[in-house]
Amino acid sequence: MDYILNHMVQYSTIRLDTSFAALSDATRRGVLEQLGRTDSSITDLAAKFHMTLTGMKKHIGVLEQAGLVATEKVGRVRTCKLGPRRLAEETAWLEAYRELWASRFDALDNLVEELKQKEKADGRKRKA
Amino acid sequence: MDAKEKRDPAPGKNHTAMERESDRELVVTRLFNGPAHIVFQAWANPELFKRWWAPKSFGLTILSCEMDIRTGGTYRLEMGHPSSEKPMAFFGRYIEVVPHTRIVWTNDDAGEDGAVTTVTFEERNGETLVVLRDLYPSKKALDDAIASGSTSGFVEQFEQLDVLLAA
Repeated sequence: MDYILNHMVQYSTIRLDTSFAALSDATRRGVLEQLGRTDSSITDLAAKFHMTLTGMKKHIGVLEQAGLVATEKVGRVRTCKLGPRRLAEETAWLEAYRELWASRFDALDNLVEELKQKEKADGRKRKA
Repeated sequence: MDAKEKRDPAPGKNHTAMERESDRELVVTRLFNGPAHIVFQAWANPELFKRWWAPKSFGLTILSCEMDIRTGGTYRLEMGHPSSEKPMAFFGRYIEVVPHTRIVWTNDDAGEDGAVTTVTFEERNGETLVVLRDLYPSKKALDDAIASGSTSGFVEQFEQLDVLLAA
């Protein structure tokens, strides 16, 4: 069922322009994967991906602009986590999931009504 | 959200509620205006099942449907969508089938991360409450299912593209 939902969600929520640019870089994809596991500081990310702090800041800036990453400065440390885009996508997926079941159940409703009528008619026939 | 609530539920239809009940479980509930044995029949009889499982509004069609609906039996369902050339196959095994009461099945097409689906039918005063639970093996499995439809789905596609370009 996942791919049915994924299809709907991809077309409804992804703004391809910024996402594409942000994701076309392997380091940035690695950063997203890392942040999917745990929040990290820019310093940690720079070390992990063997980059300068300035280089990592640039990547984070691109991801932040695409809504894929959010950063927060606490004291002297800037912490990065997955951004609001992810939350919006999660909400969209869950809503697509519910809509799939709502559509199925509305169709099932019609069938239940039909079967109910049929059973009633059959009951009448048996009694007659 | 407001616009959606206006047309959903459709006029004369009951509301379908959904909740992420835990880290690894999604629960859908819906009330039907008919007795449990009729609602159950619509799930258990393949000819009836085919009439409602693939909503037209989603562009889905059922290409084939085999259901050996008994505890330990298996099912295989193929659906088509205009966006995909190949049919989408869904298959698994019925862990438990209790007529008019309960059906539990696996979703093996998703591999080890597939959810176990439990649907129960509770009749009250001629109406039937259907509760459907998708229980994933772990929080990660559900998170991944959700994420595969979003940006990280693109991440995967980019990785495949990288592999292609490197070849």
